[in-house]
Amino acid sequence: MQMAKRIEDLKVVDNKRINNDVFILELSGNNYFPELKPGQFVQARIDGSPGTFLRRPLSIHDVDYSGNKIKLLVQIAGKGTETLSGLNKGDTLNIIYPLGNSFTLPRPDDHVLIVGGGCGAAPLLFLGKYLKSNGYSPDILLGFRNSERIIGYEEYSEIGRVFLTTEDGSRGEKGFVTDHSVLAGTGYNHIYCCGPDAMMKAVAKYCLKRGITCEVSLENLMACGIGACLCCVVDTVKGNLCTCIDGPVFNITDLKW
Amino acid sequence: MVNLGFSIGKLHFKNPVLTASGTFGYGSEFDDFIDISRLGGIVVKGTTLEPREGNPYPRMAETPSGMLNSVGLQNKGIDYFEKQIYPRVTQYNTNIIVNVSGSYIEDYIALAERMNKLEKIPGIELNISCPNVKMGGMAFGTNTDSAREVIKAVRAVYSKILIVKLSPNVTNIVEFARIAEEEGADSVSLINTLLGMAIDTRTMKPSLSTITGGLSGPAVKPVALRMVWQVAKAVKIPVIGIGGIMTSSDAIEFFLAGATAIQVGTASFIDPQISVKILEGIENYLVTKGFSDIQDMVGYINKS
Repeated sequence: MQMAKRIEDLKVVDNKRINNDVFILELSGNNYFPELKPGQFVQARIDGSPGTFLRRPLSIHDVDYSGNKIKLLVQIAGKGTETLSGLNKGDTLNIIYPLGNSFTLPRPDDHVLIVGGGCGAAPLLFLGKYLKSNGYSPDILLGFRNSERIIGYEEYSEIGRVFLTTEDGSRGEKGFVTDHSVLAGTGYNHIYCCGPDAMMKAVAKYCLKRGITCEVSLENLMACGIGACLCCVVDTVKGNLCTCIDGPVFNITDLKW
Repeated sequence: MVNLGFSIGKLHFKNPVLTASGTFGYGSEFDDFIDISRLGGIVVKGTTLEPREGNPYPRMAETPSGMLNSVGLQNKGIDYFEKQIYPRVTQYNTNIIVNVSGSYIEDYIALAERMNKLEKIPGIELNISCPNVKMGGMAFGTNTDSAREVIKAVRAVYSKILIVKLSPNVTNIVEFARIAEEEGADSVSLINTLLGMAIDTRTMKPSLSTITGGLSGPAVKPVALRMVWQVAKAVKIPVIGIGGIMTSSDAIEFFLAGATAIQVGTASFIDPQISVKILEGIENYLVTKGFSDIQDMVGYINKS
């Protein structure tokens, strides 16, 4: 049963710059949040930016039910997200949520790995915490361009073992996530992945070769976010599916990768 | 109390706010946000004889005050509509109009015959204006001879309310409206999207997989309003105004220009409650301006 979707003004309680183009918005709800699931996203309205017409889909990065707060990790990719980066404490942000499906839980004995690249890792912190609270001990593999771009290392360390790669070798192993030695073993049964397309495709290829269950979260361009416009489709073995309602999480065996 | 109702032929609508095809799914997508039965009607997604996968991704690009789309009539076809959608969508206490499209005149005829048998579908909107399919759609709506041919053929087999959705991608839209009226259409709706394009300067490639697509949103409103004004003066059948309506004030402009009803389209993507908000805004406006019947406001700018 899909949770009823809401449209609400949430209050900005914090806006923290992580690096040049990534920030974390912390929002507080007026009512208690419904149950939110890892992988789900919100559609944020962009006020005060004449050139921005549509809402922006943003992954739920973290949820604090008792404090009635959620976090969104956002990368500045254009005028819309740049406008959001200027939000101050006390401002409001109109969002439609919760949207989309979610990552599925692994089988009880599965050895789980979470793979994130850059700020594509936005939905993975929430996923990691969710898995841990459900009794899993996931490993986490994160890839960044260089040591200065690393996001969330400390928080992930509280969930499980964290492995790092950087493209320039400034921290962790040098190369892409798929080059990391932890993948040389064959121990994982379920891999979750979010990041740039090329990275997700490389991880998917690795999993397909070894028969590992793999779920990826896609970031297609969207207009409505609720399955009405059919703009955000992805080509799957079941035909064109909407990233917003049939995803954003897909099992790679459904994708034509 | 103000009267918001109006009729097209024998079909009564409780108010003049409808939702535009392709922007409102089959209604259920919006159930969490509004009571759909409050609307005057919904025009459901373009339906074709056979299932269509539509165009490849990317099929949407945001543009200044609007967006381009090239969805390409993705839908599961008439069989699926009859079995799965029809029983559900007709639960709403409002008029359900189905937008129909095809590649050949025979497709339109076959669809119209099937729709004629669906008791709870009181009307169809004939889509001869979709810019995003290679064959059909706009090919019919931008040539006067083929427009006449398809409208005539559908009229011959369809006995209920026939609305013809016009393309703005023509030199003189009035000609097409007159043809629709001459061939027995009960109403015309306009405008469908304007053909446009965008290029991503970073990748140096077109933003859409199909290169060109249909522009909608506030960017097209002045063009739509002008066309509605021209058409409303030229025909006697009711005109349904569509194009970039984001607020009740936008909607009112269309009424003042001569539209009997309006459709809310792209605005529903930004605010899923906007159709009902526009309806409330229109009602308030009528009260403020002292109108007792919305139809007294239709074409007001031509009156004085």
